[in-house]
Amino acid sequence: MSALTELGLAEARDGLRAKKFSAREITEDHIKAVEAARPLNAYLCETPEKALAMAAASDERLAKGEGKPLDGLPLAIKDLFCTEGVPTTAGSKILEGFKPPYESTVTSQLWRDGAVMLGKVNLDEFAMGSANITSAYGHVENPWRRKGDNHALVPGGSSGGSAAAVAARAALAATGTDTGGSIRQPAAFCGLVGLKPTYGRCSRWGVVAFASSLDQAGPMTRSVRDAAVMLQSMAGYDPKDSTSANVPLPNFEAALTGDIRGMRIGIPREYRIDGMPAEIETLWERGIEWLKAAGATPVEVSLKMTEYALPVYYIIAPAEASSNLARYDGERFGKRVNGDTLDAMYENTRAEGFGAEVRRRILIGTYVLSAGYYDAYYLKAQKVRALIAQDFDKAFESCDALLTPTAPSAAFGIGEKFDNPIQMYLNDVFTVTVNLAGLPGISVPAGLSSEGLPLGLQVIGKAFDEESVLRVGQVIEQAAQFTAKPAFIAGEA
Amino acid sequence: MALDKATVARIASLARIKMGEEEQTRMADELNHLITWIEQLAEVDTTGVEAMTSVVHMKNPMREDKVTDGGIRDKLLANAPNEARGFFTVPKVVE
Amino acid sequence: MSLIKGETGDWEMVIGLEVHAQVSSQSKLFSGASTAFGSEPNTQVSLVDAAFPGMLPVINKLCVEQAVKTGLGLEAEINLVSIFDRKNYFYADLPAGYQISQYTRPVVGKGRLVLDMPDGSSREIGITRLHLEQDAGKSLHDQHPTQTYIDLNRSGIALMEIVSEPDIRSSEEAAAYVKKLRSILRYLGTCDGNMEEGSMRCDCNVSVRKPGGPLGTRCEIKNVNSMRFVMQAIDYEARRQIEVIEEGGTIKQETRLFDSGRGITRPMRSKEEAHDYRYFPDPDLLPLELDGAWVQQLRSAMPELPDAKKARFVSQYALSPYDAGVLVDELASANYFETVAKGRDAKLACNWVMGDLFGALNKLGVDIANSPVKAESLGELISLISDNTISGRIAKDVFAAMLDTGKNAGAIVEEQGLRQVTDTGAIEQAIDAILAKEGEKIAEYRSGKDKLFGFFVGQVMKATQGKANPALVNDLLKKKLAG
Ligand SMILES: [Mg+2]
Ligand SMILES: [Zn+2]
Repeated sequence: MSALTELGLAEARDGLRAKKFSAREITEDHIKAVEAARPLNAYLCETPEKALAMAAASDERLAKGEGKPLDGLPLAIKDLFCTEGVPTTAGSKILEGFKPPYESTVTSQLWRDGAVMLGKVNLDEFAMGSANITSAYGHVENPWRRKGDNHALVPGGSSGGSAAAVAARAALAATGTDTGGSIRQPAAFCGLVGLKPTYGRCSRWGVVAFASSLDQAGPMTRSVRDAAVMLQSMAGYDPKDSTSANVPLPNFEAALTGDIRGMRIGIPREYRIDGMPAEIETLWERGIEWLKAAGATPVEVSLKMTEYALPVYYIIAPAEASSNLARYDGERFGKRVNGDTLDAMYENTRAEGFGAEVRRRILIGTYVLSAGYYDAYYLKAQKVRALIAQDFDKAFESCDALLTPTAPSAAFGIGEKFDNPIQMYLNDVFTVTVNLAGLPGISVPAGLSSEGLPLGLQVIGKAFDEESVLRVGQVIEQAAQFTAKPAFIAGEA
Repeated sequence: MALDKATVARIASLARIKMGEEEQTRMADELNHLITWIEQLAEVDTTGVEAMTSVVHMKNPMREDKVTDGGIRDKLLANAPNEARGFFTVPKVVE
Repeated sequence: MSLIKGETGDWEMVIGLEVHAQVSSQSKLFSGASTAFGSEPNTQVSLVDAAFPGMLPVINKLCVEQAVKTGLGLEAEINLVSIFDRKNYFYADLPAGYQISQYTRPVVGKGRLVLDMPDGSSREIGITRLHLEQDAGKSLHDQHPTQTYIDLNRSGIALMEIVSEPDIRSSEEAAAYVKKLRSILRYLGTCDGNMEEGSMRCDCNVSVRKPGGPLGTRCEIKNVNSMRFVMQAIDYEARRQIEVIEEGGTIKQETRLFDSGRGITRPMRSKEEAHDYRYFPDPDLLPLELDGAWVQQLRSAMPELPDAKKARFVSQYALSPYDAGVLVDELASANYFETVAKGRDAKLACNWVMGDLFGALNKLGVDIANSPVKAESLGELISLISDNTISGRIAKDVFAAMLDTGKNAGAIVEEQGLRQVTDTGAIEQAIDAILAKEGEKIAEYRSGKDKLFGFFVGQVMKATQGKANPALVNDLLKKKLAG
């Protein structure tokens, strides 16, 4: 291992500016770490030449004192972001061989700010999953292990490759996307910070769509400060995305004042669900105490519709996905499996190109939108979704941010919970409401389970109030003093 | 509401996903579970509730009527599994 | 009402039309690619139009404006909030697997359109709605024995789908409807109405019933692309349906194609799957919210439309409703006429425009915008007639020369010495010479054969190469013949 791969994003930035090391050095160390991390199957595509070229350009700028906000900082990119000339698969066979002739807005902003691309990281196929086991290119392993047990664990999903790479020190930070918890849950499972910004904060242009009304890109980092730094570059209005919000971009790092005195922190009653492990409950209580100690006031709030959030999500997300994924038809890009007729070509291509979970969700989405069912399912779900959003509006009348657990459990073993889709879907019970309401949420590592696995707490904020989310998140981070490291660190062992 | 094999076959065809009999049977079972689970929504009273049509509360942005794109045929066809004389090609369609 | 005779009595057609009118705009509805017609395949396609992963739609403001203007032209309700929906189906020229359209909440609601029937009566046809949607690409089936070729140049071009109520009762009315709609669109500049280039396509919903009876099952005939074909397709389809029913069969609701070569309709051969478009609001777009003041602004800037112009022509120029109707059909004709008529004899101007000019343009196969005789020039000719510089008869020759040479009326008259002879002495001289030769005819005339008067006029005109003022000739002849 190298000291440079141990650095945080902000620390590395400061080190580069102070000329303690060069972009080339930190990039070379990371390229080695990426190679060493191959057993995790986190990277689908490594781009070392590109990384070195980008690092060289950064060094030139840094030498002239013209360093940009992220100059020389090596990142992993979830393979859901289209990257010009670099294969982009969305974790699916159906995009095999696809090289986008364009760069997503979010990644182009990262490169604009000088960041270095290490490669593209694994994910659940089309971001559909909570364990990174639906990828067509094999599952990703969590670098963490249970105490005294070498059974491989899932990294969470769908941004599992991002989480594993950052946790194993094979990237300073990574981009993720979050449709129902896909940044926050893997962050919690891998002991990282994961921020899902407000819907509309980061452009969706050039990000392979899963469910358009829920998808949002965000950073996955090893500290709250790093998340703030990276969000600064990822966020911003994009006229190419009609749902991108034309609102001022605050200085996120400046929001990290550590001062939360007088803030009211909502504790949603309905998140105390049946069967929640006691240690999650305890962690949550501890989090409340930390915030109280920092001068905030906990207030109980009610999010009455919480129990309906997952069913709503599993109508809306598949419905949108069934339509979004219709473009994968073997005609203009990606895989084609021939057939005698046009329809046969479509049917063969899509049967072979999509994995089981994606096929299942396309079917459910097709079903809930089909004639005679639309009102009972899709329309009903959009009404309940409105009620869920109203719940939050109401809660925010009496508080400034909410505190909840991120996931109902720590990372589970590969092979566990796999037989029952609904069991798997329950992973997102605390995260999915935030997507439905379009709010910002952060997961911060807050402690270890009895088995020695990381657990996260989630802070939820008002729309476009990432500043409060980051500020409260950092207070938790400082109180938790989470210093544990995963069993697998790239280059070690 | 029982989602039977025939329904699965119909939606698989709508979604253009080839599916063998065996998978249809298995899918019918899985989807039934899911549908039963999501049907708990029926118990929520939504009388008078407007369905959510957008997450962000802003006006739909509009662009000026200017030609700013196109003329990229090579880029467009570079990923095509099959092309000829500047066209995408697919198995022949009879109308 | 036009009824069709069947074996079991009279039948009535019930017709509703869905017209797809291409919005006049430089770029597409949701992308910045060009809409120009006739380019090399796939050269006017953006990654958005080809539905590449991660591509997103952003709406063209002008297209919205054009739809609203059209709505105002159809005296329709403008919906200040409307929604874009996805219409999901798979087809080779529909890259995303869905068409962005408007389903439950279109931008324009109920309106109306008035038809002027040939017998001078008028019929009001209800407009159900107008919505904005994307066009699909083009499939070429005849380029290769086993492959269909796809050109996406049209993919994403803005269309207005204008749906009528089933108020139309004959193929003539259907054609009149399309014609009137096209006229309005052209007046507004919202669609060029060019059916040959596919700027206007028509889906015809046709059913038949016993007069006043319950509605029959309808069939939809897709993509009929000329006024003549609309009439042919409807007449064929109505006949077909009557035959089926009279032979004891029932009509199956289906989509049919018009085969213009054979003049028949036939069911579409592509697998007739139960259509299930799974419409839902497009999550990539927010509801389309219009500013009421902006709509008001468009309303107050509306140009004079055909109906209003026709009424004005009737009252201002004292034209017959029929003539006014023909003139206002095309804005260019109406403007041409008004230029000609300005400060002149409007009735005469109307006769010249509708008679000689239209006839000549027809023969030449050019439209009025490219007329070799400009409106100012025809106006000058009419002035020359009115101030007796030339006779109406000579004017015809002058006009022919104007068509040939592009020269002004005045110049031609001077060059060819066509000024009318109004010198009484000269005309009298000519009359005297003729009467001197025609003693026999004079006797016949005087004994009551009045009709011979025309013969004498003809002879005089001939002798003066048509230049004699006809009124003077008449007067003088009458006097002289009276003896
Ligand atoms: Mg139609
Ligand atoms: Zn249409």
